[in-house]
Amino acid sequence: MNSTETLLTVDDVKVYFKYGGTGLAKKKEQKYIKAVDGISFDIKRGETLGIVGESGCGKSTLARAVIRMVPAHSGRVLWMGQDLLELDGNSMRDQRKDLQMIFQDPLASLNPRMTLGQIIAEPLKTHFPKMPRSEIRAKVAAMMARVGLLPNMVNRYPHEFSGGQCQRIGIARALILEPKLIICDEPVSALDVSIQAQVINLLMDLQKEMNLSLMFIAHDLSVVKHISTRVMVLYLGNVVELAESEAIYQNPLHPYTRALIAAVPDLDKPAPADRASLMVDGELPSPLTPPSGCPFRTRCPIAQDICSVDKPKLNTSFNGHCVACHFHGVDQRDN
Amino acid sequence: MSLLEVKNLSVEFDTPDGPVRAVQDVSFSLGEQKTLAIVGESGSGKSQTAFSIMGLLASNGRVTGSVKFDGTEILNASEKVMNTYRAAQIAMIFQDPMTSLNPFVRVSKQMAEVLMLHKGLSKTDAIKDSIRMLDAVKIPDPARRVHMYPHEFSGGMRQRVMIAMSLLCHPRLVIADEPTTALDVTVQAQIMDLLSDLQNDFGMSIVLITHDLGVVKGSCENTLVLYGGRVMETGPTSELFAEPTHPYTRGLLHAVPRLESNEAKLATIPGNPPNMQHPPKGCAFSPRCGSANDRCVATKPELDWFSADRSRACHLSQEELV
Amino acid sequence: MSDTAIAAPDGHVETPTKGRSLWQDARRRFLQNRAAVISLFVLGLVCLVAVLGPFLAAWSNEEVDWSVLGDIATLGAPSFENGHYFGVDELGRDLFARVVQGTQVSLMVGIVGSLIAVTFGTLYGATAGYVGGRTDNIMMRLVDILMSIPYMFVLILLLVVFGRSMWLMFVGVGLISWLEMSRIVRGQTLALKSKEYVEAALAIGVKHHVIVIRHIIPNLLGVIVIYATLLVPQMILTESFISFLGLGVQEPNTSWGALISEGASTLQYGTYWQLFFPLAFFIVTLFCFFFIGDGLRDALDPKDR
Repeated sequence: MNSTETLLTVDDVKVYFKYGGTGLAKKKEQKYIKAVDGISFDIKRGETLGIVGESGCGKSTLARAVIRMVPAHSGRVLWMGQDLLELDGNSMRDQRKDLQMIFQDPLASLNPRMTLGQIIAEPLKTHFPKMPRSEIRAKVAAMMARVGLLPNMVNRYPHEFSGGQCQRIGIARALILEPKLIICDEPVSALDVSIQAQVINLLMDLQKEMNLSLMFIAHDLSVVKHISTRVMVLYLGNVVELAESEAIYQNPLHPYTRALIAAVPDLDKPAPADRASLMVDGELPSPLTPPSGCPFRTRCPIAQDICSVDKPKLNTSFNGHCVACHFHGVDQRDN
Repeated sequence: MSLLEVKNLSVEFDTPDGPVRAVQDVSFSLGEQKTLAIVGESGSGKSQTAFSIMGLLASNGRVTGSVKFDGTEILNASEKVMNTYRAAQIAMIFQDPMTSLNPFVRVSKQMAEVLMLHKGLSKTDAIKDSIRMLDAVKIPDPARRVHMYPHEFSGGMRQRVMIAMSLLCHPRLVIADEPTTALDVTVQAQIMDLLSDLQNDFGMSIVLITHDLGVVKGSCENTLVLYGGRVMETGPTSELFAEPTHPYTRGLLHAVPRLESNEAKLATIPGNPPNMQHPPKGCAFSPRCGSANDRCVATKPELDWFSADRSRACHLSQEELV
Repeated sequence: MSDTAIAAPDGHVETPTKGRSLWQDARRRFLQNRAAVISLFVLGLVCLVAVLGPFLAAWSNEEVDWSVLGDIATLGAPSFENGHYFGVDELGRDLFARVVQGTQVSLMVGIVGSLIAVTFGTLYGATAGYVGGRTDNIMMRLVDILMSIPYMFVLILLLVVFGRSMWLMFVGVGLISWLEMSRIVRGQTLALKSKEYVEAALAIGVKHHVIVIRHIIPNLLGVIVIYATLLVPQMILTESFISFLGLGVQEPNTSWGALISEGASTLQYGTYWQLFFPLAFFIVTLFCFFFIGDGLRDALDPKDR
């Protein structure tokens, strides 16, 4: 299989939410929250795109817009040549066979009234209603074994399992249709450290085996770095940096990316002396009143006058390393 | 003398499925102006340890052992006695500030109430003190913000309010239960820095309860590792991180993904956390331990002080570990 | 203990172990509630009387016992010798047979009425909540409008205009009581709709009506069951009230309300049993339903305590 084949191209997708002025208010007073403000990227077959950002940066909304779980305001999502955003309900439902999702809260994403076997079989029953029961049972058993669930668990209910096991059930459900792309929405954030590593390794093994593409969302850089081919950093609905995983860590160009890296405590070495200078103050501004110009300028340690006027474009600097900053050429740490 | 002295603390809950021993024989002590981290995963009993010190256990919980605060026994003390300690001597910071702040009452009133109750201040003085405290936790424009409602603050600011509130009566001990877990990484770092600044200014001791080893690393002198309700290993943080002696601590440290690492696979601890309803008979970690032998499965190891300030609970010597 | 299977070291068990569903958990909690279990038992007895009563009674409910008619206050008292276990009413009819008959009618009104309410209310509420948006708005405003109508007044008017009939009463009571049910179900559906497992089903590509049936309704059942058990006594009360007013079931049919009404009006003649027996059945049954409803609520939402 050609490993550079592009599976998914997202082109200038915007997701706006209405707020205020519901019901009887006049149309004119309606305002929009720009949850995703024009994001473009692509995913190739077999690669992992990591998406990082703080809560409220639009990473989950973006993922859901791509698979039409939330309506996009504008833009295109090209999936193997066709625009998902233009499909009717039935054709979209057919495409979901190849586009699956893993959720953040492993227990909440499983129906408490269904047994493990029923949960994992649901995608098969949905897309292949005529499949004989024996075949479904065999496929479920095989998938359970593959994700490390024991065969005797098949009749148990989700509340009888630990978080890590529940996430394995979620993974089994997502993989049973042998999809091409899996969207992982913070799949390990709710898990204990020792379990996180198990789940990440499992995902990476399965990816290799089934030639899966992953869209891996997390707020934790160290996790994303481990699993991703490329990493995209979001801030307030905008891409601030997009590059190969190594390049992002070795040579972060955007001040926000640098702050994110500095915020990860290093277990092996004492904190570097310049850690404080890289950290950012304050918190994410309210998306109701986003800053003018560059969205990050209110917390940026190197912001200048131009940042409040001009919104920097996402420029490719070299080797496909994209960054949206007026000063990305200058390494501010030396100043 | 140490400020907090916990000896053989055990917590048991009555549930419809029989008693569950959430904490067993936990002992530690904490000196003045020191910081102790209690590290553990979900179900390790770390939060129940904190709740039992504060006398805040759920009604179906029973606690035995001894907790001495400044030489006085406070475990199982009456509600009346505990109320003189809470806030005034021992304060607690919770994971989710929104659940411990009343959403319908202005921050000024919630803070002033604490001061009026415990220090008998007048309302104006209490609010003045509150503003000073909000300033200490670096909330910009405190004089105006003190009159806002909790939901008008962002997540990180709310946690600062919570910290300010816990420090109002200048307690000698602050128990912080996962104070940064609900926050974003950039804000997490800010809050941890704030806590250590405040410790320098106010001179309180801190018990930091967390599952996040990264948080512990930068901020605590001593660390205690809990697993399945029992102490696995204790010691000064830097030593414990540099040379972990217990297989669980080692596994946990290895499992944390590193930014520098280029290894294809993450090290893991196999298996799942113990079901506390049916805990393993021997060492709680034995089902997941790579070096476990028959003895580990059969009997629980005692905590062994192998140097003046370090202890471990493992049947195997360090050389025997895989 | 019920869940020893969990304690067994994983992997040693080759045959699939039976899971412990939330329903089984709830049943165990329910069985621990003594008041609810006793109530369930007593309610079973009441139902048994309603079903087997006609076979136990020595007299039919329409037969007049001419031998006691002369002096009901003394001869018509409860007695095993003449077969009038509960005594006779002022027309010399056997009260036991009448109470059995009234029990049948009252329980039927309660159960049929709440079945109509639960079925219709659940479907309506779940649809409104799941579809949401404008549809939800229109559907729920309609409920608001219907709720603002003084329904007792309307029901009485209907019964007066179309004549007294049991079926009209069933329909009238059932059609009004679904309103509250639909509101409760709609609220619960809104909460369930945002659950991740519903989102997961959408992401899989499950059709909407299947989601409602497979993922929403089973998780609503707890609330529905609780509400239904509390609705039955409400229905019985409504029926009794209307029968008490004399607008309910027609002679020779009767119901608890009608019997209590008769008993109250003849109390002055010293026939206390005419009031006592129907009232006792009525009160015991209502208490049973309330205790069972309470037990179910504790069993199904353990977190609320």
